[in-house]
Amino acid sequence: MTRKKKRATLIIAAMAVLGTALGLVLYALRDNIVFFYGPSEIVAKDLPPGTRVRIGGLVKKGSVVHEGQDVRFDVTDGKHEIAVTYDGALPDLFREGQGVVAEGVLAAGGLDASEVLAKHDERYMPKEVVDALKKSGRWQENADMGSSQ
Amino acid sequence: MIVETGHFALILALALACLNAIVPLWGVATRDSRLMGVAPTAALAGFGFVALSYAALTYAHITSDFSLVNVYENSASAKPLIYKITGVWGNHEGSMLLWVLILAVFAAAVALSARSMPQDLHAAVLAVQSWISAAFLLFILLTSDPFVRMANPPIEGQDLNPLLQDPGLAIHPPLLYLGYVGLSITFAFAAGALICGRIDGVWARLVRPWTLIAWIFLTLGIAMGSYWAYYTLGWGGFWFWDPVENASLMPWLAATALLHSATVMEKREALKVWTIFLAILAFSLSLIGTFIVRSGVLTSVHSFANDPQRGEFILAILVFFIGGALLLFALRANTLKPGGFFAPVSREGALVLNNLVLTTCCATVFVGTLYPLALQSFTGEKISVGAPFFNATVVPLFLPLVLLMPVGQNLAWKRGDFLGAAQRLYFALLCGLAMVLVLAGWHHNGPLTSIIVSGLGVYVIVGAFAEIVSRSFSRIALVKGGIAQAWRHATGLPLSTYGTALAHAGIGVSLLGLAGTSWGAEKVLTMKPGDSAIVGPYQLTLTSLVSETGPNFTAKVGHVVIRSDGREIAAINPAVRFYPTRQMSRAEAGIKTLNLGQVYVGISDGVKPGTVDARLYWKPLVTLIWIGALVMGFGGLLSLSDRRLRIGVAHRFRKFAGAQQAPAE
Repeated sequence: MTRKKKRATLIIAAMAVLGTALGLVLYALRDNIVFFYGPSEIVAKDLPPGTRVRIGGLVKKGSVVHEGQDVRFDVTDGKHEIAVTYDGALPDLFREGQGVVAEGVLAAGGLDASEVLAKHDERYMPKEVVDALKKSGRWQENADMGSSQ
Repeated sequence: MIVETGHFALILALALACLNAIVPLWGVATRDSRLMGVAPTAALAGFGFVALSYAALTYAHITSDFSLVNVYENSASAKPLIYKITGVWGNHEGSMLLWVLILAVFAAAVALSARSMPQDLHAAVLAVQSWISAAFLLFILLTSDPFVRMANPPIEGQDLNPLLQDPGLAIHPPLLYLGYVGLSITFAFAAGALICGRIDGVWARLVRPWTLIAWIFLTLGIAMGSYWAYYTLGWGGFWFWDPVENASLMPWLAATALLHSATVMEKREALKVWTIFLAILAFSLSLIGTFIVRSGVLTSVHSFANDPQRGEFILAILVFFIGGALLLFALRANTLKPGGFFAPVSREGALVLNNLVLTTCCATVFVGTLYPLALQSFTGEKISVGAPFFNATVVPLFLPLVLLMPVGQNLAWKRGDFLGAAQRLYFALLCGLAMVLVLAGWHHNGPLTSIIVSGLGVYVIVGAFAEIVSRSFSRIALVKGGIAQAWRHATGLPLSTYGTALAHAGIGVSLLGLAGTSWGAEKVLTMKPGDSAIVGPYQLTLTSLVSETGPNFTAKVGHVVIRSDGREIAAINPAVRFYPTRQMSRAEAGIKTLNLGQVYVGISDGVKPGTVDARLYWKPLVTLIWIGALVMGFGGLLSLSDRRLRIGVAHRFRKFAGAQQAPAE
């Protein structure tokens, strides 16, 4: 096989692998991305039910209600709030008044969450929550932040 | 006083690194061997200063010197000694100091391996290494100084984030950093080779052990991180496709590609430009990983909101090194002579395909990790690209690669025979198929993908050793000398052949573990003492809930008895710990390894007093995921100890050329 042929083989192989990858990426990006919004944005955007979103904000004080396996609570950014229902175990650091990120599908009454993340205390606020609070003007600069590594 | 000495030592290390970044290169340019000779001495001295500085910070942590902001914010006098020592790297400033310390360790190791290398390459490599050291020392001193004192020292500290008070996390960062930073050596070798114009098989042979060291640590570091997340985050997942995890996966993919392409370069003098490029890429991805973790630009389980100034500084370092190296690459790459000749179906051809797929995987992970960031800065839209994206892109790319792995191993260099290789793999294919059939018959309702992945795992494990078997137990060998002769053949094979086989088999072992998890069972429920639940083949009973007090926390500890067929076989104690200093609680999962699987119980405070919310899992074969990584790491270690690849071997090779060399090929 000549050098030219070898190069052609290589180029064809590379194109095939990269083409496959590109196809997979485009397919996955279309079907598997989730937009993140704060409660105010959810209200403003008026998204249709069935949209998959992530929302972030603070767990409204006094809003957490347990009904058997289900948990209901409101996520607020100080201006608006969204009701969330969730039927799994809550993370250890889930507390009223603290930052939370919930991912799920919008339903008529609010968000039907499939995942709730609250890994940080008030000093370790999820970045998405900080941004959502900043956007709604309810963010107060507080002490420095740390990191895990 | 000791603290000030540490601070001063760090400043001296910076001065030394600046000096060492310039002088040896001057020597290379003017061919002055005295100037070049400065490099190893300065590198060793630099290591001494950084080590001194690190020791000083450790001393401050052990003695709970709360006049240091760093100690005050991350330690408490009641904290166990072990976490006072490991807590040094449990915070941003200290972990960056560890980064630089490991950089200095590697520089010192390169300095000591002088005899094996041409002097100009040696000096250039150390100079490039010093550029990196200088940049990070400057970063520490300007933005993340761990030696800042407070005017009015408090009497008690704020304690370490409880999530970090864990043996797994204590050893995870050093392992990962040894991997990340180890890649700086291959980067320095690439830049040094471009500067000196020495890009050949000898270079590839010199750089391979360093790549292997970095790769072993990176593999173990990633596995350790995954196991840590699995047992501390308390919900039993082992890989989240989280940006911080991806940050370590990308350099691993690049380093794996580099290991394979360096073999081609070493044996066949081919793929030179590509190998150099990969060496640059691998470290660039380490830097990008550091940027992602340090800057807090991406949301992650591991990273927290951070000082933006630090992010900008690391971004500047990133641009400088990646840009500089690529510029050097662009200027020099065209001077390279094209390498050896080979057919597409050959060992080299397979390795090229491997590189193609690995780098494509790497690019896909890169896109998935940074696309949200790009989208946000251009449109302001915030998205999360989670596990579904990566599962849909990386898995379809990776599985064919795994399928072809044993085939490539069985192809000859230069011109391979695909049918011949396939023939040697008959047995492995049969084993894989048998596994699929057994599982399909046994677990009628099991997910199809897991059955296929299990079969693939078995095929990969058996196939990994096919080369060794066919090479030593060939018909010719058996006819000539029987089993004894074949055994001599097998034991005479180079260790690196066994290393390759083990590393590949490790992937198969991990695949079995991944497949096994889908036959697991899971229950989430509220429990009070006396309650039982059936999870998989086991019956779990919560017999008691007790409050306990630890050194710096209070805990609610559950006692869970595991029964199999009514017989009590083990007990575990999951707990929720509450750390008053930080007002934080964290779960301590109760884990019992049974055969190769694990019973996993995590509890958190229940709504009603006297109850807990419990997550009960049975995860069959789950330990194989990490055992596979250990096997891979051990394979790497075997390859590393192969005398033909040992650091310094090129020197001896020249010295005793022809004498007692020529191991069986």
